[in-house]
Amino acid sequence: MMSRMMTGARMVVEALRDQGVDTVFGYPGGAVLPIYDEIFQQNDITHVLVRHEQGAVHMAEGYARSTGKPGVVLVTSGPGATNAVTGLTDALLDSIPLVVLSGQVPTFLIGTDGFQEADTVGITRPCTKHNWLVKDPDKLSETIHKGFHVATSGRPGPVLIDIPKDVQFATAEYVGPKQIEPARYQPVRKGDITAITRLVELIEQAERPILYTGGGVINSGPGASQLLRELADSTEFPVTSTLMGLGAYPASGKHWLGMLGMHGLYEANLAMHDCDLMINVGARFDDRITGRVADFSPGSIKAHIDIDPSSINKVIHVDIPIIGDVGHVLEDLLKVWKSRGRRLNKAALGQWWEKIEGWKSRNCLAYRNSDKIIKPQYAVQRLEALTKNHDRYITTEVGQHQMWAAQYLHFDAPNRWMTSGGLGTMGYGLPASIGVQMAHPDALVINVAGDASWLMNMQEMGTAVQFHLPVKQFILNNERLGMVRQWQQLLHGERYSQSWSDSLPDFVKLAEAFGCKGAQVRDPKDLDDAIQQMIDYDGPFILDVLVEKHENCFPMIPSGKPHNEMLLGEAETLGVIESQGAVLV
Amino acid sequence: MNALNIQKGMSSHSAYDLRDPNSEIIESHTLAVMVENEPGVLARVIGLFSGRGYNIDSLTVAEVDHTGHKSRITVVTRGTPAVIEQIKAQLGRIVPVHEVHDLTVEGPVVERELGLFKVHGQGEKRVEALRIAEIFRANVVDSSLESFVFEVVGTQSKLDAFADLMRPLGLSDMARTGVAALARGI
Repeated sequence: MMSRMMTGARMVVEALRDQGVDTVFGYPGGAVLPIYDEIFQQNDITHVLVRHEQGAVHMAEGYARSTGKPGVVLVTSGPGATNAVTGLTDALLDSIPLVVLSGQVPTFLIGTDGFQEADTVGITRPCTKHNWLVKDPDKLSETIHKGFHVATSGRPGPVLIDIPKDVQFATAEYVGPKQIEPARYQPVRKGDITAITRLVELIEQAERPILYTGGGVINSGPGASQLLRELADSTEFPVTSTLMGLGAYPASGKHWLGMLGMHGLYEANLAMHDCDLMINVGARFDDRITGRVADFSPGSIKAHIDIDPSSINKVIHVDIPIIGDVGHVLEDLLKVWKSRGRRLNKAALGQWWEKIEGWKSRNCLAYRNSDKIIKPQYAVQRLEALTKNHDRYITTEVGQHQMWAAQYLHFDAPNRWMTSGGLGTMGYGLPASIGVQMAHPDALVINVAGDASWLMNMQEMGTAVQFHLPVKQFILNNERLGMVRQWQQLLHGERYSQSWSDSLPDFVKLAEAFGCKGAQVRDPKDLDDAIQQMIDYDGPFILDVLVEKHENCFPMIPSGKPHNEMLLGEAETLGVIESQGAVLV
Repeated sequence: MNALNIQKGMSSHSAYDLRDPNSEIIESHTLAVMVENEPGVLARVIGLFSGRGYNIDSLTVAEVDHTGHKSRITVVTRGTPAVIEQIKAQLGRIVPVHEVHDLTVEGPVVERELGLFKVHGQGEKRVEALRIAEIFRANVVDSSLESFVFEVVGTQSKLDAFADLMRPLGLSDMARTGVAALARGI
């Protein structure tokens, strides 16, 4: 093997190339200048210059979520790294694979409070899956390859590699990904076949089963989504999904119940509450899903398929834990079920579906429309109607608009829906849409946003314009922090403390100032044309949709309540959250 | 038992299944955590306990395999059975953690702690301190005309008992290592 001596900075670029990286989101600074110098001298990797490092991390998340490949970020030391912290935490909670490279002051300055020095590995330790400070140039290439392995294997997550400036200048031997020792970190992929067989026995007998699916199905890859469809369609079991899992089972599928949880569909939540067999496929019993834990699906046997052993019994005690990759486990599950003769309790399943149809007939997403003012639900419905036949990717910010998007948009394929689920990061959607568009240049990428969230990272419009990324910003503008306002109405005596957006910018002028295009729409009659104009425009576009200011998001499980105590509309909201519920978020 | 490969709480042969998962009884467990001896690994383990609100009653750490770069962290922690299982699973998913052993459920275990106790006193109290030290098989490792430093090795409760007895006799300072533990037998 020819020895390949090179500088640390060149090694970084070499390692990224060997890992198949085509796009890096980043921002230069003193401690990463040698790496930027190397980026300047090559053409394999496109560098997207962001406007703020938080934006870089969300872009990488959008890129990763929409492609299944790890997202890569490059930031400088000190503030560059600290600005990345929110994005890292977001990626950790939503299990998004990221490799973040940060510059650091030279090793001999570490600990001296040098200029732009921060204890980056210390600060990011709790918000990464793993991180490394590389002090030895001989270890640099190996550490980067290890970083990619850790980020993408098992339960995916963000890793950070902190590289002091003198290490970037130092010369050492480059080691390729195939030359390093196989990593010791090898999480299990195959599930225990005894447990899988026990689950099959229950599937054969179940009278009221439900598949409760989550982001793990999407992280497992398109094969897992395919297997989930096969399982649901051949067993006729109803499927509901968390916010993170939308698209794994198609919304147009026969057995789809819609999203579950705090703002999930009535039929999905009641089916969860009344089922006798719950099969959790790559979800984690998040508190937005369970409601009051003590009353969570009291009569069911629960199975849980998860690649992360710490997800088992963390919140809800389960009867059949299966630790493994969703795709592998579903494959074995189907094999065992078929080999035993594809048995099902057909008679009981028929009755179960009758019951579900009864709940569906409540039509829980109905709302009172208006011909005078645009209802936010109507805006999302029209967006769905006018974009569903496109090659479409959706990102969102966080709040009411996010829930309406999850309720009224339909996803028939995985990796089409990028949203901040676990951390709930306002400001995620705009940069995420840019990351998605970088990965899918010809697709229609829309960020469904609220006015308040959108402002949090609006500087990234500059990035969209610079890189000719035709991202569509669909802002449901109610001049409010809508979800905060809703909670203040429901449990803080209608005292609307700080929950309105004063001094909002003129979004159309803002678009012009950024060098792209904007439009405003306030009349329901003009909505379709405005959406069509946004779709047709060849470039980034901001559509400012002025919507009803006081619309609440329903259905809703109030905090501290179980699934079967959902609110379906305004009339039911009076005094609904008791004092114990008010302490929950 | 590789913590990343075992399927915790899922095997019907597992001793873990014998305990009521919903029990509210607080148990004390001694965990041995074998880790890659890399920078920050101790901070990672401690950060897990503080970040997720778990208790640490005692913690010791030292390199045990120089060529293999392995250290052993012994943690004594408290919690309901569900919390203990969660602690083990969370420890197991830390990347540089090789193995997690719950010595309390895995079988008989030897637990030892070393303590140094400085006792000030003169006359009868000084004699009494020496006498008690003998009962505890403590070594005198430093002595002046007005003080002793005793070294005691034993279980946590033995060291607690020694400290309680020495307090009225002039115990002025102590240093304890925390628990080190190994499974008995092969």
